[in-house]
Amino acid sequence: MLTGIAGTLESNDAMITVTPADKLTIEVKSVVDAFYHDQIVKVIKDTLFDSKIANISVMCQDKGALDYTIRARLLTAISRMEEQNG
Amino acid sequence: MVRSMLFIPGNNPAMLQNADVFGADAVIIDLEDAVSIQEKDAARILVKAYLESIDHPPMKIYIRINGLDTTDYEKDLQSVVTDQIDGIVLPKAKVCDVERLLTLLYKIESETHMQKIIGIIPIVESAKSVLEIEKLAALSRIQGMLLGAEDLSADMELMRTITGTEIEYPRARMAFACKAYKIDAIDTPFTDTSDNLGLIADCQKAQNLGLNAKAAIHPNQLETIHDVFSPSLQRIEWAKRVLKAAKKADDQGLGVFSLDGKMIDKPIIERATKIMESAKRYRLLPVENA
Amino acid sequence: MLNTLGRVVPDTERGFISATNYQSQERILIPEKAVVDKPVFLGSIKAIFDQYHITDGMTLSFHHHLRNGDQVLNQVCREIQIRGIKNLTIAPSSIFPNNAIIAELIEAGNITNIRTNYINGPAAIPIDQGKLKGLLLMDTHGGRARAIESGNLKIDVAILACPAVDYDGNGSGTEGLSACGTLGYAQSDLRYAAKVILITDTLVNRVKQIDFDGKYVDAIVKIDSIGDPEGIVSGTTKITKDPVGLKIARDAAAFLYQAGVIKPGFSMQTGAGGTSLAVAYQVRKMMIQNQIHGSFASGGTNGYYADMLKEGWIDQIYDVQCFDLDAVKSYRDNPRHLAISASKYGNPFEKDPIVNQLSFVALGATEIDLDFNVNVTTDSLGRLIGGSGGHADTAHGAAVTIITTTLAKARLPIIKERVTAITTPGEDVDVLVTERGIAINPRRTDLIDKMKNSQLTIMTIDELMAISHQLSGIPQAIKKPGKVTGLIVYRDGTILDQLYQRL
Repeated sequence: MLTGIAGTLESNDAMITVTPADKLTIEVKSVVDAFYHDQIVKVIKDTLFDSKIANISVMCQDKGALDYTIRARLLTAISRMEEQNG
Repeated sequence: MVRSMLFIPGNNPAMLQNADVFGADAVIIDLEDAVSIQEKDAARILVKAYLESIDHPPMKIYIRINGLDTTDYEKDLQSVVTDQIDGIVLPKAKVCDVERLLTLLYKIESETHMQKIIGIIPIVESAKSVLEIEKLAALSRIQGMLLGAEDLSADMELMRTITGTEIEYPRARMAFACKAYKIDAIDTPFTDTSDNLGLIADCQKAQNLGLNAKAAIHPNQLETIHDVFSPSLQRIEWAKRVLKAAKKADDQGLGVFSLDGKMIDKPIIERATKIMESAKRYRLLPVENA
Repeated sequence: MLNTLGRVVPDTERGFISATNYQSQERILIPEKAVVDKPVFLGSIKAIFDQYHITDGMTLSFHHHLRNGDQVLNQVCREIQIRGIKNLTIAPSSIFPNNAIIAELIEAGNITNIRTNYINGPAAIPIDQGKLKGLLLMDTHGGRARAIESGNLKIDVAILACPAVDYDGNGSGTEGLSACGTLGYAQSDLRYAAKVILITDTLVNRVKQIDFDGKYVDAIVKIDSIGDPEGIVSGTTKITKDPVGLKIARDAAAFLYQAGVIKPGFSMQTGAGGTSLAVAYQVRKMMIQNQIHGSFASGGTNGYYADMLKEGWIDQIYDVQCFDLDAVKSYRDNPRHLAISASKYGNPFEKDPIVNQLSFVALGATEIDLDFNVNVTTDSLGRLIGGSGGHADTAHGAAVTIITTTLAKARLPIIKERVTAITTPGEDVDVLVTERGIAINPRRTDLIDKMKNSQLTIMTIDELMAISHQLSGIPQAIKKPGKVTGLIVYRDGTILDQLYQRL
């Protein structure tokens, strides 16, 4: 299956996995979920919007990454997925 | 001028987000050796996102891009050449490489309407580069030169030693060239991060040969590097006295005067002024106690 | 009812008034237990229960000198389980991850009340879930001594692990298979419990160094092993290699030096955490550089302090507990390495407790708020992760209390508008040192004045919080807590805060 993975499970990083989908699904597992769940989802949605992607499945395993790290890992995962697509 | 340049691995979010807290005069965010081939894309995107997030950091920011002999350097430049950075650190730099980089930088800067003019710090890490040191120093936008002793020794088929005899010549030649063109002469990093006495000795050797800064590969090396490459408290005290005496002489309309029995003239006053400037910049002036 | 810190406390209890309120209170001392002529030898832990009729509703106490290697509390718990005894109160000076069996006893109703100074690991989980029928009372080290000597914490049977015991009932912490050094936390239990039992794995003719005076000891039980030496020396005693932690330590030491705290004859304590130890390392560097000799170090100690003592940089160590084998050896061999009781260490009603003589203490925090209140009892979700130990005692006693912490841990800011739970009141906390700046408590106008020309980055705690919010974003509010599960008791016996069930 087509997937793009980026990032690590080190502290302050996030590992993001994306796969093509016919609707938008975002799953977040975070060490700071109680405090930043909504913010993480927002960063993911904003990044997808900027990349003009509406339908995709995003899985984010977060180890306390800052917003820009989550954004970068998502962008990398998307570009890796698209590269496979050729 | 800087005393220290701290390498920060480009694909390490924990280090990047603390790049500004260690007190380095400059950081070199590394897209080259610190990043594996498979992660070049991730590092590039992360560094770009990091640069977009920062606002007036206290240190200068340089990016070490991948060499011009790779397929990555153009993408590196496209991602990181922005008003947020001070310059590009170019590995394995020869005059022809710097000239190519200059062309690429002009192009990006004009295309993106940048405010800033991006500087260049070539890494001298091949025999050919050593022979071109003066030409490199004379090129436009060169803000300093960094010695890369590991690759250079490999090129020379020499063993690296703790005494560093094998790099005395390039260190000295680089120091002269940098002084002549008023740019930073930055010493090669000391690779054993657990040997602080070794680091002190290595810094002192470089300083004795005329280099004014050293690269660090770990934040814990910065304290020692700053200790060696900052003006000492005695020198600051001396500079203060010179400037005080100069002011007094000036007020009395004297051109030349003496301090401690020695004639003080213009070059000495300039030297004292420089010391005070760097003491201020590095916040070394002793606290006037309450 | 609200206490002076604005925290809800039960109407039936006395709320916290101020850190110095103890000065207007009288010390209450119950009589020490009757002197025992000759201790009896019992064959097993089981025999203690028969001999001393341990039944429903009693209070048993323990100490934590064997730290995460302790087997005595666990073996007693197993016997309680077998006998199905209910409604017990246990009062160990601390509870470690190794004491996981307590969780089962809470769930089954064997244990319904707990009184301790620190709790970490599986035993905390059912308490967070609201399964402890009674309450968890969290004391300080000095406060526990006060509670025992005043009869506020009445102990029916103290069951005390002891590395070596002789036939007169004298106990030593420095001999035997599980040598752990001083036994300072158990001194009040020894003197004031109705019955005192020593549990050992090493019987000798005569102990060389007496840590437990045999005249208080009712019975001795020899078992195969009281603990696992690996867990006793629990490895929290390495200086951090983390460059951010080291930067914080350097700035903390520089602050202390510039503020004139590090001067001839000064005294110090640092926690056992990596950053606190790094502070000690930096302070030592300054002592050597400037040839400044200190007077003493106190608290839990390690080989690092033992070296400072040996090299003559400090004159004494006042030691309540040893964190590693080098400290154990130093206590055994160096006459200037002195054992003290938890009471002598931090009991506010002692005439001159050691904490009051400290020039500075460097401590950690899981949270600190804009009033400088510190939480080391729970995480930001309100789950139990520790407790005061000596935090509130030393913070009050020391002339300067420094908190060292990173501004955020895994993104989550450490500075809060209000901490989740108050372990140490802000009036006793003077300085916060983070990697991005230092904040001085506005009450300490003297320190603010001394540091006004410092090159260190000094700002208000509000400004530091704003920086961390800028980096991390403002954390969202968490779910409202459930019922009250416990109380945080200040060293004078007043209530600082309540602990709540986390759903």
